[in-house]
Amino acid sequence: MSHSNTIQVIVSAIHQVTPLIKHFVLRAADGSPLPAFSGGSHIIVVMRGGNRVYRNPYSLLSSPNELESYEIGVRRGDPSRGGSVFMHDQVHVGMPLEIAHPVNLFQRDKLARKHVLLAGGIGITPFIAMMEDLRSGAALYELHYSVRAPEHAAFKDRLTARHGERVKLYYDSAKQLIDIEGLLARQPLGTHVYVCGPAPMIERVIQSARAAGWAESHIHWEQFNAPPVGVAFDVELAKSGITVTVPPDQSLLEAIEGSGVDAPYLCRGGVCGECKTKVVAVDGTLVHHDHYLSADEKALGAFIMPCVSRATGKKLVLDL
Amino acid sequence: MSVVFKTDETFRDDFTFRNSPRAIRRFPLPFVEDKYMYSVNIEPHAPGPKGSITEFQFDVDEHYIGECKDREIVLNEDPLRYQALPHMMSAQWDVLELLMNNMSKDYPEQFSLTKQGNRWTWHNRLLNIRDEFTFGDPSTLPREPLDYITRQAQGDFVVMDQREGDFFIEAGMVTTPADWSLDFDIGMTFKEWHGPVPLAHEMNVFDRALKFLLNLRLNEPVRRLNWTMTINPRLDTSPEFYPRWGKDRATVTADNVADKAHIRVELQGLWRLPRSNAILFGIRCYLLSIREVATVPKWARRSHRALRDLHPALVDYKGLTRYRDFAVAWLSQYDDGLPTTPGNGPD
Repeated sequence: MSHSNTIQVIVSAIHQVTPLIKHFVLRAADGSPLPAFSGGSHIIVVMRGGNRVYRNPYSLLSSPNELESYEIGVRRGDPSRGGSVFMHDQVHVGMPLEIAHPVNLFQRDKLARKHVLLAGGIGITPFIAMMEDLRSGAALYELHYSVRAPEHAAFKDRLTARHGERVKLYYDSAKQLIDIEGLLARQPLGTHVYVCGPAPMIERVIQSARAAGWAESHIHWEQFNAPPVGVAFDVELAKSGITVTVPPDQSLLEAIEGSGVDAPYLCRGGVCGECKTKVVAVDGTLVHHDHYLSADEKALGAFIMPCVSRATGKKLVLDL
Repeated sequence: MSVVFKTDETFRDDFTFRNSPRAIRRFPLPFVEDKYMYSVNIEPHAPGPKGSITEFQFDVDEHYIGECKDREIVLNEDPLRYQALPHMMSAQWDVLELLMNNMSKDYPEQFSLTKQGNRWTWHNRLLNIRDEFTFGDPSTLPREPLDYITRQAQGDFVVMDQREGDFFIEAGMVTTPADWSLDFDIGMTFKEWHGPVPLAHEMNVFDRALKFLLNLRLNEPVRRLNWTMTINPRLDTSPEFYPRWGKDRATVTADNVADKAHIRVELQGLWRLPRSNAILFGIRCYLLSIREVATVPKWARRSHRALRDLHPALVDYKGLTRYRDFAVAWLSQYDDGLPTTPGNGPD
């Protein structure tokens, strides 16, 4: 279910591109070209750190036309959630890593006449590859890229060199904010909007687009939730007859995997629905963090997405 | 034992198509049990046993030349059997790459591909085709990439773009359809395309299949078998030419059913395409006459029972109403009531 499809890579370069973001270049361990992919794709990086295995999704930011290497950008995250900290502190040039084949859950609509891309912070990464695809197409496109301050504008030079005037930067430090409502209001019919960044930004773009009468099919977003930290709880895997404790800093999916049960997953960010699991019983409360289940489904509590969601209380029983 | 490629086989007019004993034994009988009903029978398209139809991603067999010739005949008369909407060009290159890479790797005596950067040379020895082209530049090929490569492959191909949590049928080469039309269906969503299928909607088969396919991964293709029956070994049973073949059903009698009626199996494969994120749906067709079925005792018993007990809605949908009883009666002489072994392989 999870490991049959991995590629062995070697870290060939690491650059600190902002105070918080590192840029990693990965090459296939056997020297062959890496698999082709489409802009907007992500890979899962498998990190084996001590007695823990981290599997984090990172968007590919390298050009889909250059397959000698893959590039990713990693923002240093909450120290209690190990994956990105491991990437920053433990991974060095020459180190082997394992990655899964690219998956695209944030692809551009090929019928769009115009693409408006909105990035906040590390949310820039999927757009760098997507804009390479757009560059060779006929549709119009423009990027609105918002960061805290100039020193946080990762990959800015690369973007402006490739796309010139199509890239517009906004610095919070200079009180420059994207006028989301105004921007959406003046787009021609047939435009698609894409947003990747902090949750409030995504929410605001979605709400503004809806309020301006945009069709749902023209609004695209991607937000990989890192699995949030919570309180420890026990999970019983009914089919396997195993009970494990999920520590505060580990996701439910990671704890299930740690018990030796091979659970399905794809994005590990609460987006794709692949890990949707039936809840047999819960003595406590489900804490949903995914973007896949509807509000009604979350309220009903019949299913949970173990990649990002968890529980509080005494015990959760899953159909695994 | 290497495959002997037939050079003058026909799927129309004089119908010289026949299966060799080797081809019969690798036929994918669609009845995995004595009783047939739909299921979401999707499995990984992993390499099967040596010599089987799933040994390789794309099966090339003794009928290759005849099938490619039949495709040319259809396209000359009805060019709309090949169509691709403009936004599907990157998917076209994806398909060309997938087919050329696999065919040249798996059948090196028949096909070769050499690459120098984006300069590719393709050599198809079975059809005596050799072309040098620039990957990604359609002007360097004699036809659009999907048209070019699927004229050199067995089976029909449909390419589905993924948008709005759905698939749209937006390119394809369909010259061997079991009574459906690319020209009619192009632009449809996944469920609209499958609209005419009885029972399966109520069983939520398409909801589950769609959800599964939306998360289909690169490098993890899947496959399933589908089947129907057809009169005469005719590949082009299209709605466009219904007047030519529809009447064949009325020619079946108790005496000729064993040679006229064929089980038609589709090995359906699904591949995620890397650059376009589209999905390729391959429909590879195998034909076996009822007389050929009966050369394998297990298959005679199994097919007799599965056809006899088939759900009436499926008998009607698959167009078997006029001749199913003849086939069942003919096969009954080979059904001694003994149990059959598990699986669909020959004993």
